[in-house]
Amino acid sequence: MSILVYVENTDGQFKKSAFEAVSYAKAVADQSGNQVVALSIGNVEDAQLTLLGKYGASKVLNVNTEQLKSFVNQAYAAIIVDAAKSNDASVLILSNSFSGKGLAPRVAAKLNAALADGAIELPSATGENLQVKTGAFSGKAFAFVELTSTIKVIALNPNSFEVKEAETSATIENYSPSIDAEDFSTIVKDIIRATDKISLPEADIVVSAGRGLKGPENWGMIEELADVLGAATACSKPVSDAGWRPHSEHVGQTGIAVSPNLYIAIGISGAIQHLAGVSASKTIVVINKDPEAPFFKVADYGIVGDAFDVIPKLIVALKAYKEL
Amino acid sequence: MKILVCISNVPDTTSKITFTNDNTAFNNVGVQYIVNPYDEIALSKAIDLAEGGKGSVTVITVGDASTDATIRKALATGADNAIRINALPRDAWFVANQIANYAKESNFDLILTGRESIDYNGTQVGAFIASILNIPSVSISKKLDIDGRTATVEREIEGGKEVLTLNLPAVIGTAEGVAETKIPNMRGIMTARTKPLDVIEPIEVTQLSRIVKFETPEPRGAVTLVDASDVEKLVSLLHEKAKVI
Repeated sequence: MSILVYVENTDGQFKKSAFEAVSYAKAVADQSGNQVVALSIGNVEDAQLTLLGKYGASKVLNVNTEQLKSFVNQAYAAIIVDAAKSNDASVLILSNSFSGKGLAPRVAAKLNAALADGAIELPSATGENLQVKTGAFSGKAFAFVELTSTIKVIALNPNSFEVKEAETSATIENYSPSIDAEDFSTIVKDIIRATDKISLPEADIVVSAGRGLKGPENWGMIEELADVLGAATACSKPVSDAGWRPHSEHVGQTGIAVSPNLYIAIGISGAIQHLAGVSASKTIVVINKDPEAPFFKVADYGIVGDAFDVIPKLIVALKAYKEL
Repeated sequence: MKILVCISNVPDTTSKITFTNDNTAFNNVGVQYIVNPYDEIALSKAIDLAEGGKGSVTVITVGDASTDATIRKALATGADNAIRINALPRDAWFVANQIANYAKESNFDLILTGRESIDYNGTQVGAFIASILNIPSVSISKKLDIDGRTATVEREIEGGKEVLTLNLPAVIGTAEGVAETKIPNMRGIMTARTKPLDVIEPIEVTQLSRIVKFETPEPRGAVTLVDASDVEKLVSLLHEKAKVI
């Protein structure tokens, strides 16, 4: 038996969430005395594949064909299912990323497996079953899902499990499963990636601003603050609705849920819909000139003050700190 | 074009979330239920696509009779007819099987879901349905255009977006950007009562998972306020105490 982990790459590089998934898989494997098999699909160099060994993979299956260079949901799912079967996987782990959210249910359905998506902790075993803690009710609760099927699928939330180095090294095997032509009925036409930007769902630090900024022309200082911190930028719903910032930056109930180590909210009052997307953040800093803003109730640190006064000073202070 | 929209009946966004029976069941006493906000985007898109006699919109939900109010709201918004599978939604696999079982007989061109439900925050139902029906799917779309038998979808990816095409029939999960959410008008509310709502009994589905308990998050400690003139203090707190920078 084995623990199979599917690792996602971005333009041939593994990001932190991939190493988190491998580290998680290793911890699950250690619980049951199994080994971790990692599966990579796409054009990834051996040096990157070798890195997976450092985090706990004993074997890396490498699927690298022109046809599979970009993500094709059904075809990727078929390959993962094939790899799970041929490696006798008892647990399959994926990142709960945008692509992972589309893959995990397809893979689970094909394997007759139960799926826990949005896992935030290691599972605990109850006999043959696994119990997985997941987020529920948009940050207002957690649900413990018991998986009772023979094979189990877990989709791990980004930023929920610490990357850990293990004393393993991986052998790399080329893997070429056969795929049906009908699994290629979706065709990727274009990928537009803002390469200079840090991806919001995976970011360690998020700097987010709201209507208190008064207009899109004032985002320069938000971007500068994010830059100093190595943070991703985000915004509240009214801001993206007004077209000040793109919808992809909208954090909250109908936007993206994030769980960074540090979330800095500037000029955001903290409506319940916004809090739903940020409550899993480890540390929350709120900067708002209204001392009654509800956001202060869920904040760890707060400054009651005008963003236009506080943010430039904060940038200076952070730059000074970084130079120490 | 025949469109099926999957609707989930969820606690209103502002509901206080509590549990009963030793934290094993959601406490729905006094909770107002609504159409899942992401499903409203799916419904609004479906209505746009079907407008002017170009198609029909069926909404489907899995739930007991208490969900009828939510279904009527969807009909008032502009769906043509509704199906209710008469069962409590056990988990996503159960729900997806019920919907797929209905859809396979009815030749829908397009099945729309919200990207996730705001109660269990799963993104499973749409891709499960697609997998059971063996048709393509996109779980989180930000833009959707249909031209003949081809759907062009913009989907979110980490740090950007991807544009892809797929052949219909397909299952597409909708997020913000796909459509402006519609609100029922008076005429819609009046006609909703006369639109057909068919109740179907569920099929058997093997249960693979169950929720054994719930927990509510530990409340955060009281906020530590820092004076606006002393931002250096915030920097040192974040470094030394919170250890996040």
